[in-house]
Amino acid sequence: MSKDSNFIFNQTPQVVQQKKYCRFKKHGIKYIDYKDKDFLLKFVNEQGRILPRRITGTSLKYQRKMSEAIKRARHLALLPFVADGLK
Amino acid sequence: MNTQQYETVIILTPVLSEQQMQDAVAGYRGLITENGGEIVHEENWGLTKLAYPIDKKGTGFYHLFEYKADSQFIKTLEVAFRRDERLMRFLTVKMDKWSMEFNQKKRNGELHGQKMEAAAKAAAKKKVELEVEDDE
Repeated sequence: MSKDSNFIFNQTPQVVQQKKYCRFKKHGIKYIDYKDKDFLLKFVNEQGRILPRRITGTSLKYQRKMSEAIKRARHLALLPFVADGLK
Repeated sequence: MNTQQYETVIILTPVLSEQQMQDAVAGYRGLITENGGEIVHEENWGLTKLAYPIDKKGTGFYHLFEYKADSQFIKTLEVAFRRDERLMRFLTVKMDKWSMEFNQKKRNGELHGQKMEAAAKAAAKKKVELEVEDDE
């Protein structure tokens, strides 16, 4: 068997996925500011919807605080309720 | 009596002139202090673009009050807000330990992001100075 075929059968390249982590826990952030819209934009998609935990990796405790902050920002017209092409 | 620290953001209509806006803000500042409140911090963001139109207006004057007041006073303050035609939106939040700490740090420029910015500025300044020295 040639070297090349060995490569194909035994070492199919695997997609290495980095473990997701909660960035609030990691950096010790205790309070999420609802006035900081540039920061909150990281947790919404292009339509302005809140991203689920399974995508951002945020822990439940901080996801709750974060969604509260986003909703406050929406009330103050800092973030849109619905948007098109936010990013 | 139950004194708590609160944070209120108000959005005033852009129809007002600069002077009228200042008057409205001064009125509320007076209302807070007259009712035994103590203003901790104030911020004026000026005329800011809204993310979506409110009352068919695309912009608004944002003003933030941070104050210590009696919990009963919030009711009177919010009634005054609702009766005021100059006001488009308001939000009052009771502050907890962490938000007070966060705001304190923000004011002193001790937040992580602010530190990074300050460091970047300092580095840029140093670089300029070095370049100046090189020129000489």
